[in-house]
Amino acid sequence: MDSSLPPAAIGTAATAAARPALSAPQGQALATVLRAQSAAPHGLLQILRTLQAHPAFEGWLPPALLARVAEATGLSLAAVRGVASGYRFLHLKPAGRYRILFSDNVTDRHAGSRRLMADLCARLGVRPGAVRDDGLVSVDTASCIGLGDQGPALLVNHAQVVTRLDAARIAAIAERVEAGVPPAAWPAHWSRVDDVVHRAGPLLGGTPAAPGEALMRALALGPAGVIDEVRASGLRGRGGAGFRTALKWTLCREAAGDDRVVVCNADEGEPGTFKDRALLARHADEVVEGMTLAAWAIGARQGFIYLRGEYPFLVPHLEAVLARRRAQGWLGRGIAGRAGFDFDIRLHVGAGAYVCGEESALRESLEGRRGTPRIRPPFPVTHGYRGLPTVVNNVETLCAVTHIVARGAAAWAAMGTPESTGSKIHSVSGDCERPGLYEYPFGTPLARILADCGAKDTQAVQVGGPSGTCLAANGFQRRIAFEDVPTAGALMVFDHSRDMFEVARGFSQFFAHESCGFCTPCRVGTELVVRRMDKLAGGRGSRQDLEELLELDGLMHAATHCGLGYSACHPLRDTVRLFPQAYERRLLSPHFGPAFDLDAELAATRGLSGRDDPGAHLEP
Amino acid sequence: MGTPATPSPPPGHLRIDGRDVPFEAGETILQAARRAGVYVPHLCWHPDFPPHGSCRLCLVEVDGHARAACTQQAADGQQVVNRSPALDAQRRVLLQMLFVEGNHFCPSCEKSGDCDLQATAYALDLDGPHFEEFYPDRPVDASHPELWLDFNRCILCERCVHASRDVDGKAVFAIGGHGIGTHLLVNSASGRLVDTPISPEDRAVQVCPVGVILKKRVGFAVPIGERRYDLEPIDAPARAPADETGAP
Repeated sequence: MDSSLPPAAIGTAATAAARPALSAPQGQALATVLRAQSAAPHGLLQILRTLQAHPAFEGWLPPALLARVAEATGLSLAAVRGVASGYRFLHLKPAGRYRILFSDNVTDRHAGSRRLMADLCARLGVRPGAVRDDGLVSVDTASCIGLGDQGPALLVNHAQVVTRLDAARIAAIAERVEAGVPPAAWPAHWSRVDDVVHRAGPLLGGTPAAPGEALMRALALGPAGVIDEVRASGLRGRGGAGFRTALKWTLCREAAGDDRVVVCNADEGEPGTFKDRALLARHADEVVEGMTLAAWAIGARQGFIYLRGEYPFLVPHLEAVLARRRAQGWLGRGIAGRAGFDFDIRLHVGAGAYVCGEESALRESLEGRRGTPRIRPPFPVTHGYRGLPTVVNNVETLCAVTHIVARGAAAWAAMGTPESTGSKIHSVSGDCERPGLYEYPFGTPLARILADCGAKDTQAVQVGGPSGTCLAANGFQRRIAFEDVPTAGALMVFDHSRDMFEVARGFSQFFAHESCGFCTPCRVGTELVVRRMDKLAGGRGSRQDLEELLELDGLMHAATHCGLGYSACHPLRDTVRLFPQAYERRLLSPHFGPAFDLDAELAATRGLSGRDDPGAHLEP
Repeated sequence: MGTPATPSPPPGHLRIDGRDVPFEAGETILQAARRAGVYVPHLCWHPDFPPHGSCRLCLVEVDGHARAACTQQAADGQQVVNRSPALDAQRRVLLQMLFVEGNHFCPSCEKSGDCDLQATAYALDLDGPHFEEFYPDRPVDASHPELWLDFNRCILCERCVHASRDVDGKAVFAIGGHGIGTHLLVNSASGRLVDTPISPEDRAVQVCPVGVILKKRVGFAVPIGERRYDLEPIDAPARAPADETGAP
């Protein structure tokens, strides 16, 4: 039967063979990048990212290039395509000589990002998500790019940000794009990233530990002594889960193997979070020293900073800090003159995949593969980077380690609550007078933070980002702590002018956009949730849709492969409970309603018949 | 990849829905259940390959916690809930998700009666797709003289990816995209099957649980009504592990 099928519609692939090979400059670019990067499978993501950024390739990865990369790395072409198509910042088709991505967090939308994006599209004559016919420019959205305190913001060519967007700046951008002015020649102050600290604690203020101060103390304490110190401090991981840092280090130290790895998780992807951006910009030495302390404690020789692709402006700074510390003898061979203490750090830059913040997906990505979370166990502490025992710690955790070792565990443990010691940095954004960074001891009531940041008429606060907790007024006395309201550091404020249904809908779009697609309930479930939220938004929802949303929440909570799907419906669940009226007023009928608009479906027929009289419409 | 590398727990006994099930050292709950003739619904898992854990159909409750039976190590004294009404209801939703995200037309599909997805849906009394169909646009690849690919039925189990890479040594398939756009890739410059070294004897061709990778000209050699799952349902207790080859 099948031999009589029509010839296959193969799509774009059929023409691939006819495409020209690499030009001479492209060939040279490839050779240069392959020399600089490890031409092995685990180098793949950095190779692709660097090539795409090279001027010879105009921001995308042509098929001939992928074939050459496959050849050089010994991977199949399909595997290379699979990796390239798994990251939102890598392009297998031309994406415009100017690739403009508007940060699309809910708080960005509240600050007018969608309106500004429409304005830019209109000025440039380009449809959102599409490349202009002349190949000059594309305009699209990206998940939160970590500039919620100075948004709306955008990312150009994955290399440069523009903050504090307004109508005037949009007009000026459009002019420069049309005139072909390269982003690097745009006014420098457009790309200024401020780290405004409104309240500092030990991490953001006080006396920063001098480079090497904590390390010298660590050498005196010995590796086990350092772990003891961290244990005595009660430090728990700042990435959100709150795993005890000393226990993680101990498990890694005790894991079988001669070599170990320290990874700094700087893939700060949770919408509304930007505290790691500030720590890396202002306190990189303490973060890197924390990694070196971890290396000393567990016996690691190699380290990585996994920096999210949304923070390209931090790359030169971090490279400079690493180079300086090497020159100072705080990194490299024989650190601090101690023979045998060898540890160095490489920067690994992500390419737009929220799920890579999950430590097993981060490992996959570090090894050059798609960012798919692994089956656990085994955990990274025994089987991490390239099978080696690996400690993965958040930026803030590592920074705290430096303070703890430099100043002693007692000072840290004296802060906060017994279960949640020390301080926590909050990235405050949304409806408040003073967005920015706030560091408080754990145990601080939410109401205190709201008062300090100048939040007025507050309806709700999303603590810990979309995968965290939404609280309304009756929850503002609750305290930020692992045992009460845990957080990874985002704090988004919504006043009474905001529609909490739209907030939840925005977050549901975020999770669908960021699902890696591996497991059924997350891949399909996040999409089904978005469709139902869109149906409610369109005024066609019924009570049954609401019930179905809650059932999907239950399934995804129980059945997904990793934390992304597990958390994907938290905003939905919280807002349905706290703000039922935001949903109720959208329900068309208390019973079943169709997912599509019957009358709208007849539009094509009306067009064909040239009719638009009442008889050509269904009853409303 | 994904094989638990922690030391295997010693052999012992666990209980599945109240029934005593012995297990050998290193076995997962799903492996132990199968040897004992206990049906735990599953789609991506295949006895010859490491557990994949993507379909989530084998979700069970282990001492009160939701776990994938294909990846969860068996341990002595574990209390496992498998076929509770609540778990089967969740499985039906997972099946419905797989049906609506692709294009599945069982009556015209030549894998009908040999299809794990269809057979599992029957075993779980699925009575319809429930959700709206997504109707994705997934062109068929009929370029190869002896095989064809109907991506409309792909459930992303990656059995073919593993079999082609690890058994056939050809790496004909890979996974690309993300989210709802995740899809199967064919390894050739053209992206077409004809330009790969695949052959009908390859293991990758045998292991597809649905009707994506099919041999040409034999589609109805065995009439519908006389096929594997027509003769014996997928959850038949007597079904031996050796039956699960995925071969038509």
